[in-house]
Amino acid sequence: MLSIKNLHVNVDGKPILKGLNLEIGTGEIHAIMGPNGSGKSTLAYVLSGRDGYEVTDGQILYEGEDLLELETEERAHKGMFLAMQYPVELPGVNNMIFLKESLNAIRRARGEDELDSVKFMQLIKEKAKMVKLDEKLLKRSVNAGFSGGEKKRNEILQMAMLEPKLALLDETDSGLDIDALRIVAEGVNTLRSPERSVVLVTHYQRLLDYIQPDHVHVLANGKIVRSGGKELAHELEEKGYSWLEEGAAA
Amino acid sequence: MTATPDTVDELIKRGYEHGFITEIESDTFPPGLNEDVIRALSAKKNEPDWMLEWRLKAYRHWLTLEQPSWAHLDYPPIDYQSISYYSAPKKAGDGPQSLDEVDPELIDTYNKLGIPLEEQMALAGVAVDAVFDSVSVATTFREKLSEAGVIFCSMSEAVQDYPELIKQYLGSVVPHTDNFFACMNAAVFSDGTFVYIPKGVRCPMELSTYFRINEANTGQFERTLVVAEEASYVSYLEGCTAPMRDENQLHAAVVELVAMDDAKIKYSTVQNWYPGDAQGKGGIYNFVTKRGDCRGKRSHISWTQVETGSAITWKYPSCILRGDESTGEFYSVAVARGRQQADTGTKMIHMGRDTKSTIVSKGISAGQGQNAYRGLVRMTPKAENARNHTQCDSLLIGDTCGAHTYPYIEVRNPTAKMEHEATTSKISEDQLFYCRQRGLSEEDAVSMIVNGFCKEVFNELPMEFAVEAQKLLNVTLEGAVG
Repeated sequence: MLSIKNLHVNVDGKPILKGLNLEIGTGEIHAIMGPNGSGKSTLAYVLSGRDGYEVTDGQILYEGEDLLELETEERAHKGMFLAMQYPVELPGVNNMIFLKESLNAIRRARGEDELDSVKFMQLIKEKAKMVKLDEKLLKRSVNAGFSGGEKKRNEILQMAMLEPKLALLDETDSGLDIDALRIVAEGVNTLRSPERSVVLVTHYQRLLDYIQPDHVHVLANGKIVRSGGKELAHELEEKGYSWLEEGAAA
Repeated sequence: MTATPDTVDELIKRGYEHGFITEIESDTFPPGLNEDVIRALSAKKNEPDWMLEWRLKAYRHWLTLEQPSWAHLDYPPIDYQSISYYSAPKKAGDGPQSLDEVDPELIDTYNKLGIPLEEQMALAGVAVDAVFDSVSVATTFREKLSEAGVIFCSMSEAVQDYPELIKQYLGSVVPHTDNFFACMNAAVFSDGTFVYIPKGVRCPMELSTYFRINEANTGQFERTLVVAEEASYVSYLEGCTAPMRDENQLHAAVVELVAMDDAKIKYSTVQNWYPGDAQGKGGIYNFVTKRGDCRGKRSHISWTQVETGSAITWKYPSCILRGDESTGEFYSVAVARGRQQADTGTKMIHMGRDTKSTIVSKGISAGQGQNAYRGLVRMTPKAENARNHTQCDSLLIGDTCGAHTYPYIEVRNPTAKMEHEATTSKISEDQLFYCRQRGLSEEDAVSMIVNGFCKEVFNELPMEFAVEAQKLLNVTLEGAVG
């Protein structure tokens, strides 16, 4: 699904990722953990094609295709989805209309028929129920005045609607109370499928109590310094990151 | 930012040279303005003496006035002696003979707006008689209106056919002494529209200048007068979504609305005149005085405008809330992109008891556009319990444009309530990235955000207009980012 080789990325001329390697197979769930400033969000943004992230070396293949050649929206059309750490507010833009436009833009790009309003409404109601998002929020402007938890659930709703092949969740657990965390995790678990890969970027281990990853990686100082199974997360919980960071610097 | 200095002069002259060279347009006055020109103009239109005197009085006053300079606008001085003040309407056949002769860029814009071919031809001034029978369309409308007792005709016709009404109302809302441009208009107005809705009549259709066959070439100094008698209602749509339709460079129009007891006038404008090219060359200078007089009790005047065109916009549709419990509304979207400059807003003058006004202004600036909101809310000593709510939002696209807000608030009655809210926001890189990550193109993302920003105003437009306004905005802002 996704193959990252020797990835070097600069932000404002400063190296953030320094030779990152990562292989993600179809249907797998990977957790990327690491201390603040280790480059976790940078990785999520580079993968989704945000401006301002300069790839100085390395290669990213997404389903065998050179990902870096694709525009942000093309990556979305090809099934990549980023649930953002801080979902953006779009005042005046109706949440449902936004999702409908988004879904249909993706369907158009794939040569599929657009969903009509009736089918769309059925679908969104069903998915909103799944992520326990109040239907009233569908009628409001995108994320405008939503609480932190509502914003995150709205991201998961979008993910459920767009059914991506590769979902990147950037610190989706941050700022959530336990109930909200559980709902978000349930949403992700429901979407778990042999065709869909998920990358969870997180600082804390607690999200992994609810979503069982196949692989856990530790990102420190711009590189993956350790990979393992889910037991690695527990080890991190006990020992913290410092012992690995020291190793990375050496 | 400055407009190219030679703009107006050059373009006004271009019009003149054109008239000078072409044989067909020999019925154009030589440039210049004096009493003889006004006499000749009035004679051409076969006007009665009182109309001529009215014009001359205005002209004599105009000579004592100076062009105002308080607006946040930058343009070179206009030479009023280099303008021709009368040009006979073009006959069918003067214009391009087919769409092949029309600027392809213009056709492209029409297509984007989804304007049917027949209408495209009409808008581009193609000789349309064979294709689009506007005469019969207009006739059908007129019959239906006259059954209801509604008068809807050109100002020239009204001067001939309804002199008493014109004498009574013309200049009663915007007197010739009002301001420089209104005064000039009173002296030289070329034509315009007269609407009269009798007592108790609800006008059976939306009145639109679009259907007026003699509208296409009315020229630069239009005058519109709408009178709504007791308990009547009319919705009037003005303007046109076709760019470059008006080739005149200086546009100084006057619109007067009069609403008697319990009458309601809804006046909507979608303006998209030629804004000039990317370097700021060309484009319309739009100096318009629009004012509504809520003369009667519980009368209601509502202005809605979507202004996307013109190089310079100087326009403040206003309401005089004279009647007790009368209501004034102003909903506006103004776009300034490229090198456009807009100084626009409203005036709400509260004079009666329990009068109410609402102002919703949405300014969008892109490119090097400069957008200024200028609004006056005045509560006079007699305006007991007057209320106003003003909401004034600016949206910036890119970092070379500007938004400016000049609210003037005068409250002289202690029972008055006045609220003013203002916001300035920018389409952020975050928002665009978010939309694109969800599969939308940058253009679609911008238009979605902009339409969301304007929604409150679009909701006030009649349905078809709202759709057109939305499309128009998309076309206007295409390529505005990045």
